[in-house]
Amino acid sequence: MRISPSVSQRVVVAGLWSLAILTIGVLLFIIGYILARGLPNVTWEFLADSPRRMGKEGGVFPMIVSTFMVAGLAVALAAPIGVMTAVYLTEYTREGKLTALIRFGADCLAGIPSIIFGLFGFVFFVIALGMGLSVISGALTLALMVLPTIIRTTEEAIKAVPKTYREVSYGLGGTRWQTVRHVVLRSAIPGICTGIVLAIGRSVSETAAVMLTAGSSLQLPQSLLDSSRTMSLHFYILSREGISMPAAFATASILIIAVLAINVAAYWLMSRFVARVA
Amino acid sequence: MDMASRNSEIKLQKGEMPGTAGQADQAQIRQVKIFMENFSVFYNNMPVLKDITMEIFSGERLAIIGPANSGKTTLLRSLNRLNDLHADFSHTGRIFLDGQDIYQAQMEVASLRRRVGMVYAVPIPLPRSVYDNVAYGPRMAGVRSRTRLDELVESSLRSAFVWEEIKDRLEESALNLSGGQQQRMCLARVLALEPEVLILDEPCSGLDPISTAKIEEALDDLKRKYSVVLVTNNTKQAARASDRTGFLLMGDLIEVGPTSKVFTNPSDRRTADYITGHFG
Repeated sequence: MRISPSVSQRVVVAGLWSLAILTIGVLLFIIGYILARGLPNVTWEFLADSPRRMGKEGGVFPMIVSTFMVAGLAVALAAPIGVMTAVYLTEYTREGKLTALIRFGADCLAGIPSIIFGLFGFVFFVIALGMGLSVISGALTLALMVLPTIIRTTEEAIKAVPKTYREVSYGLGGTRWQTVRHVVLRSAIPGICTGIVLAIGRSVSETAAVMLTAGSSLQLPQSLLDSSRTMSLHFYILSREGISMPAAFATASILIIAVLAINVAAYWLMSRFVARVA
Repeated sequence: MDMASRNSEIKLQKGEMPGTAGQADQAQIRQVKIFMENFSVFYNNMPVLKDITMEIFSGERLAIIGPANSGKTTLLRSLNRLNDLHADFSHTGRIFLDGQDIYQAQMEVASLRRRVGMVYAVPIPLPRSVYDNVAYGPRMAGVRSRTRLDELVESSLRSAFVWEEIKDRLEESALNLSGGQQQRMCLARVLALEPEVLILDEPCSGLDPISTAKIEEALDDLKRKYSVVLVTNNTKQAARASDRTGFLLMGDLIEVGPTSKVFTNPSDRRTADYITGHFG
């Protein structure tokens, strides 16, 4: 029996539609469920207060600060290194065994479970370098973890810049660095931003690696060498130890909203930038 | 006349370039701007240009014609060392600009490319405003003064016969211009470098007849200030818009001479066949 093209067309469209709806539906369900259970407990007091009785009461202010410190520092360290590594790999070397090896290494690192990074950070930063369970140990570990993501996304963004733009720049007397800076990076910025947003998302939501390196102190960190507890770790401990499910869901709600806000802000900045450039 | 160009002229007078030297109909000795000496180019060790010896004079318009894959573009890109960007490029022989070997180690490539400005076959506007496109070269060369940049942008766009059309759209994205305007803007972008030699790689290949006419008009105006080397697939354009014509075939320079002679009485049979459309 033959199926007519118009029927198969309708079947495929319906199939793709339902799959897309399913994906978005699951996502909305998860977010909706957590927000529904968490948001009623998110109050100004919860946001601005320190936790009491292990987090059963009080708020999560130190965790919010810790999250921004650890994740912010991690991305601030990883972004310039990652972008410059990608620039080196794409613009300053010819393709060869060495670049293939570096790229293979980055891909392998990107696939390693975060707990392994946590273990490495614990052994190296916390113990060997004597940094202890601290903001800086956590940030350095997370930086290592997100570095491959930033390198690879930046590389892809740079490769997508038309070769002819480079030729125009060289042809107009631009040096290599001028070409990289004024033509390549400028055109690749949206892609690079995507990589950085992904890195922020991963850093903010990481639990295993920070548990082993940044510690789980409930105090507001006073310096980079203080132990701290990020929001995702706080959520994990609250629920795992059965301390308080309402507080756990409230923390999760803040986490979700924060990540969404970072994404929206980053894309808004990006679109404004692109509109100005093109 | 400076020392360097005197040197290349002496070379010419010694007659080191049989068959290609300046023609007798030129009363005064013409100044040699570029001299290619036994220049060959290889990609992956495959020859693309074979043993080219030829001079380009100051203030002339030289057209290079020939069928596809004859090495016309490679020849142009050798003059500003744009071929260097390819990993598998290699060359033998020398090219002199005002008597100075441009492939020598001490040659500063960025300044060479400012002296030998190139226009590509298709317009390639950078994704930014018209003004920033035209000002790109001068800015890279370190020009910061806004009044100087304004001046350069206006005079270059005027020389490229496009100022009147787009003078109110300088802050608009260059991507919004029409194809013909884009290509003339690209010409202006090169003129803003204040180059000594202008090399054009089939600059009208994708343009309508009116835009083509405007570009040719601009070139006619510009030849007083620059040497112009024009690669074209359009033999009629070569006949219209050049003083001398060279014919390249599979990497060999078959002949080069005054355009009127090459087109009416070529010395090689293959040139005649190409011009009359027997192949290519």
